[in-house]
Amino acid sequence: MMIWAKEETLSRSEIEQIQLDKLKKLVHYVYDNVEPYRRKMDDAGIAPDDVKSLDDLKRLPFTTKQDFRDCYPFGLFAVGTDKLARIHASSGTTGKPTVVGYTAKDLEVWAECVARLAVAGGAEPSDVCQICFGYGMFTGALGLHKGLEHIGACIIPSSTGNSEKQLMYMKDYGSTLLVATPSYALRLGEVALQMGLNPKTDLKLRTALVGSELMTEAMRDEMKKLYGEKLTVTQNYGMSELMGPGVSGECTEFCGMHINEDHFICEIIDPATGEVLPAGEKGELVVTCLSKEALPLIRYRTRDITRLFYEPCKCGRTTARMEILSGRTDDMLKIKGVNVFPSQIEEVMLRFEEFGPHYEIIVDRKDHSDILTIRVEMTPDSMTDDVSELEALKKRLKTQLRTMLGIDAKIVLESPHTLKRFEGKAKRVTDNRKGLT
Amino acid sequence: MKQLTVFIENRIGRLEQVTEILKENNVNIVCLSLDDTGDYGMLRMIVSQPAQAVETLVDAGFSAMLTDVTAIKLPHHFGMLNKLSGLLSDNGIDIKYMYALNSGADAAIVIKTSDDAKSEEILVASGEYHVLSAVDVYNM
Repeated sequence: MMIWAKEETLSRSEIEQIQLDKLKKLVHYVYDNVEPYRRKMDDAGIAPDDVKSLDDLKRLPFTTKQDFRDCYPFGLFAVGTDKLARIHASSGTTGKPTVVGYTAKDLEVWAECVARLAVAGGAEPSDVCQICFGYGMFTGALGLHKGLEHIGACIIPSSTGNSEKQLMYMKDYGSTLLVATPSYALRLGEVALQMGLNPKTDLKLRTALVGSELMTEAMRDEMKKLYGEKLTVTQNYGMSELMGPGVSGECTEFCGMHINEDHFICEIIDPATGEVLPAGEKGELVVTCLSKEALPLIRYRTRDITRLFYEPCKCGRTTARMEILSGRTDDMLKIKGVNVFPSQIEEVMLRFEEFGPHYEIIVDRKDHSDILTIRVEMTPDSMTDDVSELEALKKRLKTQLRTMLGIDAKIVLESPHTLKRFEGKAKRVTDNRKGLT
Repeated sequence: MKQLTVFIENRIGRLEQVTEILKENNVNIVCLSLDDTGDYGMLRMIVSQPAQAVETLVDAGFSAMLTDVTAIKLPHHFGMLNKLSGLLSDNGIDIKYMYALNSGADAAIVIKTSDDAKSEEILVASGEYHVLSAVDVYNM
């Protein structure tokens, strides 16, 4: 397996030296060029020269999505529009979009970052890459486009929509690599079957680089079922504020997403207190962008939940890896002092074939103590009149949940088809403690 | 013999809904037992038309099923239930649940064990118990 850049195989001390050198320059750069940062640092009582070690990073204030809103459109930019080479924006479902900018140099770094992840994820210079991300203001499509072009691959910028036509390109032009969201990759496979194509034999796809939405292992398995076991499916991570795609990506050892550490410093914090957590602990990902000229960011709170691992990987890369995301801080519940994510509960539930995919999480407070209740729905096939069997099943679920969450949950079994169904985003959590805390 | 079993979530009015459906379909309840676990109940019934009853309950969204059970008639003598339990436990058979069935002069029970066929065989062979036919029980 090819490794694109030597920066991916440096020793820990070499990586940290690069990060420190860049961080020192960065704090001066933002202090001199970005007014909101100067204000934040002054308020926090920290001067650029106070940053002498990587450990000093935690003394710097966070940047949040709210800062982007407050500084709309260009308030966080360190350069004027005359120096910009491109502007992208996130969709922004509520209110104004998040605007991000790049200098010519930023675009080069971006392509380099994506190139590394693409190669780690299975891309090769000989690949014919069909990019089924929406082109336009969204960073995903052009990010992957430029990165794959950078490694010398051939690009089909087919964008999104018209699945039949997508499949025609894929078949007739012999696409070997697909860039898409995992759900669109699955959709394309289904449409192929409806068109009478066999995705396993009629298409030449060997790699799928998926991103821009969370991929579960179940989705990865589903894709392999559709397109054949030979398909390598890797996911990569990024967000517009940080750069777009290019922050981290999986290698073919599938043990987390390698971070481009010479361009990004990642930290994990307790989202409630802001405290930095030790390596290996789960919390909110905070990213400092070391190399960006147009939109340098210090300690950006991503609201994504993950863990970091620093051991070198079997693939040969020494860069830190972040675990596949396990949710967003917006979804986090604090129960009996423990951080609980609905995704953790879902992960345990999906291990049981006796339960359907529908569940409800209810949190109550009684006598100053939190009570976590999980209502689970039995599948019709697993319903039995044997109470001892049902109780044993409840006990197994309870034990596995305790191992996962560290706290006890009360399990309530429901008969099939009794829990509420949702057409859009499911609302599975009811927190009855509001107003009591 | 078929027993109608309905899983009932512990919510006000659920039992009423089940019995309402049975009433509307002219299904007679011969006997029943309601097992309570805290968050759900298991309603076990011997009814006049089990196949029809299970279908209508499932259509109405209930988790209903049919389970094989045995109805045993035992003479109204002192110690007959004790003896029955002894016969089964001596043969390594586990009693899962049991409830009473009103059968006139004699006593009768509905029983579910870890091995229904073997239980019937043992009890009948003892000469003191006999198995009631499903048709007889449904029409009680």
